[in-house]
Amino acid sequence: MTTDVLIRGQGLGVRVGGRELIHDIDLTLERGRIVTVIGPNGAGKTTLVRVALGLIKPSTGRLERVPGIRIGYMPQRLVLPESMPLTVRRFLALSDADDQAMAQTASELGVDHLLANPIQRLSGGEMQRVLLARALLGNPDLLVLDEPVQGIDVNGQAELYRLIVDLRDERGCGIMMVSHDLHLVMAATDEVLCINQHLCCSGHPEAVSRHPAYLDLFGALDTNTLAVYTHHHDHAHDLHGDVVKDGEHGHG
Amino acid sequence: MDEFILRPLAAGIGMAAISGPLGVFVVWLRMAYFGDTLAHSALLGIALGLLFDVDLQLSVLVLAVLIAAALLVLQHRSALATDTLLGILAHGALAVGLVAISLRSDIRVDLLAYLFGDILAVSTRDVGLIWLGALLGLGALAAIWKPLLNLTVHADLAAVDGVRVGRTRLAFMVLVALVIALAMKLVGVLLITALLIIPAAAARRLSAGPETMALVATAIGATAVAAGLAASLVLDTPAGPSIVATATVLFLLSQIRSLP
Repeated sequence: MTTDVLIRGQGLGVRVGGRELIHDIDLTLERGRIVTVIGPNGAGKTTLVRVALGLIKPSTGRLERVPGIRIGYMPQRLVLPESMPLTVRRFLALSDADDQAMAQTASELGVDHLLANPIQRLSGGEMQRVLLARALLGNPDLLVLDEPVQGIDVNGQAELYRLIVDLRDERGCGIMMVSHDLHLVMAATDEVLCINQHLCCSGHPEAVSRHPAYLDLFGALDTNTLAVYTHHHDHAHDLHGDVVKDGEHGHG
Repeated sequence: MDEFILRPLAAGIGMAAISGPLGVFVVWLRMAYFGDTLAHSALLGIALGLLFDVDLQLSVLVLAVLIAAALLVLQHRSALATDTLLGILAHGALAVGLVAISLRSDIRVDLLAYLFGDILAVSTRDVGLIWLGALLGLGALAAIWKPLLNLTVHADLAAVDGVRVGRTRLAFMVLVALVIALAMKLVGVLLITALLIIPAAAARRLSAGPETMALVATAIGATAVAAGLAASLVLDTPAGPSIVATATVLFLLSQIRSLP
């Protein structure tokens, strides 16, 4: 492939039953780049994800996708009925991965000790790691992560974001991520798309965090979360790598 | 043992063979009410079969597939919740069926036989048909097992992995319709769903994986058929309800065990 572009969407819009969910959104996903979509509830973040995944066709605009790219998708949540007996091992095996790949990915994400557990018994953080492992098993060119840190405490969130950056560095895949909080995800992203049905502003995370359109949407939250962000930023720089490993073993 | 009991036993076990593996998906996908709807609509299928003089199981099968298709269309186009749509389809089809039967005064219909079935009256041909249907159904289910399991876990995740979600779901609905057409003679339209969900529910606590649960459900279903038939002979009770009652007892017993 001559270019690193995986998916390019221009003027994307989705209308369902006369209601416009998103409109006029440009989106470019490339190898080795992390793009984070942020926006308030109902802004159409998941709709945009579903368009990128090819699950819904845009009603307007153009979506180009490099033919044959493999996509690893991590849904917002997985709620299995209690009536279904399914271990983590069996869940991961649904991806058609062989045992060796499964064991390797599971240990990379620190979930190898959970393989025999019923999937309904996982904690929030364990579940997110298992879902991420499942997304990675197809050896994807593009990872699409819908609210990957949902249901995880703030320390765990920072840790998971570091893990995602590491994955990008090691595998060189493109990453599209949805988040509701810019400051937590700031250190782990190259580009931010701030959407509220339409594209409010986009660009480098620092720039977006000062953009008037962003402040309009999230201004009230700003002072509250700034402290969290600074704290997290220090950690990421001081103990990069080692801390992630420690955290994983601590969880097990 | 004579044929009088062997035929019903063979028919019931053939039924359990397909209703076990299919029933676990009905339970996982929370589609018990969908099964009920198809079962109720079977009465309209019977009415149409009688009116147009076609094979009753065939007309029930075709009508159940049509009702399933109607549900898919309505789900897509209507603002109503699925359980409301199912209620409309179930009772609408049931009522239209009863009206349609009454229109032909020359046809005398034993409604009770269709509502509660008569497994003791099955012919050798019926048994053959049930086993043929069960084996075909099992083959089809085996073919869609992996994608169906995938979409049961998470439909979008399955779709991203290349599963044809709509097609697989439709195939599954057709299989449920097939089971209903087959089971109608055995336990009647009112108790068909029981054959799908009770053995599957009873299998839950005895199984650590999806495939095990499907096999255990079939074993429990077959046990319920055998024990239910025996009970109906000894106590002189109706066979269909006796089988379902036995399955219910097995389900209650299974609840003693804690979740694996």
